[in-house]
Amino acid sequence: MPPARPSRVYFYGTCLVDLFFPEAGLAGIQLLQRAGVEVVFPEGQTCCGQPAYNCGYFEEARAVARTQIALFPEDLPVILPSGSCAGMMKHHYPDLFRGQPDEAAARAFAARVYELTQFLVDVLDVRLADLGPPVKVTWHSSCHALRDLGLKGQPQALLGQLANVELAPLARERECCGFGGTFSVRHPEISGTMACDKAADALATEASVVLSTDGGCLLNVKGVLEAQTAPMRVQHIAEFLWERTHAR
Amino acid sequence: MPGESDMNEGGPSGRFAPSASPLVHPHGVTERSPATPSGPSFRASAAKALGDAQLRANFRRAMDGLMTKRSAQFPDPGDLQALRDLGTAVRTRSLLRLPELLEQLEASCTRNGIQVHWAETCDQANALILGLLKARGATRLVKGKSMVSEEMHLNAFLESHGIESLESDLGEYIIQLDHETPSHIIMPAIHKNKGQIAQQFSQKIKDAAYTEDVDELTALARKVLRQKFLEADAGLSGVNFAVAETGTLCLVENEGNGRMSTHVPPLHIAVMGLEKVVARLEDVAPLYALLTRSATGQPATTYLNLISGPRAKDEMDGPREIHLVILDNGRSRIYGDPQLQATLRCIRCGACMNHCPVYTRVGGHAYEAVYPGPIGKILTPQIEGVGLRHDLIHGSSLCGACSEVCPVEIPIPDILVRLRREATHADAASAVAGQGTGRTTSEDLAWRAWAAVLKRPRLYRLSAWFATRFRQFIPGGLPLLKAWTLSRTTPLPAPRSLQERIRKEGMPRV
Repeated sequence: MPPARPSRVYFYGTCLVDLFFPEAGLAGIQLLQRAGVEVVFPEGQTCCGQPAYNCGYFEEARAVARTQIALFPEDLPVILPSGSCAGMMKHHYPDLFRGQPDEAAARAFAARVYELTQFLVDVLDVRLADLGPPVKVTWHSSCHALRDLGLKGQPQALLGQLANVELAPLARERECCGFGGTFSVRHPEISGTMACDKAADALATEASVVLSTDGGCLLNVKGVLEAQTAPMRVQHIAEFLWERTHAR
Repeated sequence: MPGESDMNEGGPSGRFAPSASPLVHPHGVTERSPATPSGPSFRASAAKALGDAQLRANFRRAMDGLMTKRSAQFPDPGDLQALRDLGTAVRTRSLLRLPELLEQLEASCTRNGIQVHWAETCDQANALILGLLKARGATRLVKGKSMVSEEMHLNAFLESHGIESLESDLGEYIIQLDHETPSHIIMPAIHKNKGQIAQQFSQKIKDAAYTEDVDELTALARKVLRQKFLEADAGLSGVNFAVAETGTLCLVENEGNGRMSTHVPPLHIAVMGLEKVVARLEDVAPLYALLTRSATGQPATTYLNLISGPRAKDEMDGPREIHLVILDNGRSRIYGDPQLQATLRCIRCGACMNHCPVYTRVGGHAYEAVYPGPIGKILTPQIEGVGLRHDLIHGSSLCGACSEVCPVEIPIPDILVRLRREATHADAASAVAGQGTGRTTSEDLAWRAWAAVLKRPRLYRLSAWFATRFRQFIPGGLPLLKAWTLSRTTPLPAPRSLQERIRKEGMPRV
């Protein structure tokens, strides 16, 4: 059950957007603001803790997660431009904090977490007007957005509102791009093969840009496309939506 | 469970004695692996497999076909979920009552004339089977497909004792000719294509002319096997489900070789992992529906054998004796952990590997384990030791494609994360074999440093400042970057971080 339309929300930038895709963070904030929501961006944000959690270093993950939860004390939705980090906070914080003194706080926080496109569609029901030239794009679903968060076509619904955007689906849209955090460096041969296959799938669509909601997937596919000097860009969906819909 | 290595010749008071001694025994497990974190290297064998274009093409084609066939069997997501809920409930309930159900199974089987034997280890199970064969002067065994017998390395063991152990499942027969292990738990020879099998048959089967015609190849194998069924002194099979209430052994198969192996020779030996028991015959229906649809995309298999006892006095066929060997091999240790217990729900359909992006690319042999793919990734380390299989536990992007299709909803990614924890931490009270033996000082220090920075926003801010200011000068020789750049360019941080921009420019406005 989506909450009633809030007037204020928190925005959590995530470390990958902070360091590699700051435009996507700004765009996400602006998409929310334009929908009539005041956005609060607390200082002190670092990382959701997922890398350590996924490797079994729970104490380290918890120590970091604890400092992050404390930045969002008010009972407001917390919006993330990342399916993976949102999945971590929403679904794995309750496990990570099980039996800890602050378990209840972690659970209450987790219940307020949304991925950006999910929030734009399910809660704010935004309407977008396309101002850009005709373009063909393709979409890569992140595994955690799909399977941890259960995203069901919200990004595609937003892209579908853009009159001049043609969405060419990947042949294997639900298949992992091979990022997997430390998997990409512990098993670089397997990970790299998966990433190359994903890039090839994207190139076969003849789109000019591959969009996703996750910094990890974007970095991964971007790295391969650049290494192959392929004629295709990657872009975070928030940045793409904002670019196409705001009057300069 | 006592640790004797001799065999138990049946009777209602089996060696396993489930009710007398609880299955949970975190202490005193004799086969707990010694702490040597130097098992097979998944990374190395996977890299080798990735270089084999033919192998990759064989797997991609086969897995694509299996995924398509499975999804055609589940056209309605609501119906699928309802069936999965039911299957999960049946398996969960069976496990909750496992000690009691095993005892009931033994009583029911005994009543039906099936002799039950308990084996704590593979060595015990092998010795037990050898004893049964030797006592009857049996030298020729035909086998239906059984992953538990693979786990026991039964063929090699029997052959070393002068007993012919012939695989009669077509796929198993193919790989046995080449002394290979199964590359998939349902389709053991899936790594081979038609041409490779044609070559092999013409070289290894006496008087076989070269042919690539599938029907002719099958007929060749059939001719050899038919004679073997008639000559065999004993047949061996696995068990898909064992029904406690009725003492029925269910065997799911397509080729009829399972029925031949279990009905033609005078002695039938069935082997099963102790988790395979269900309470009632009604429990089999949803599991069977899930198994065949998830595994091969079939609404039903050609054969479903329900074996309820040896030949009765007035019957014309069937074996004279049936023996059931119930193997533990680490399962009771897994059973003792509430989270890891979900591993034992598995009905061995193989859907997790059919849908796994890693398995599809490297194939089953790269895992160097009896059970490959996602289920193998959680089962193998629990049996062999987490430290020994540390790199296998990390050989997953945690994408969750496996748990999404698992008919009994085993949370494979969550269990992988748990096992990663167990491999690197010896502090928690748990019975996982090899706990803490995958820990390295360098990884330990890395995560401590990671947390030290990320729990201090000012340190993070400083790091972000350095990363953005000196973004062009990230040394490419760093070990992690070296791995990353095998297929990719070095990731380039933005000129200014999001937080720095918001601090300096203020929040954006629309």
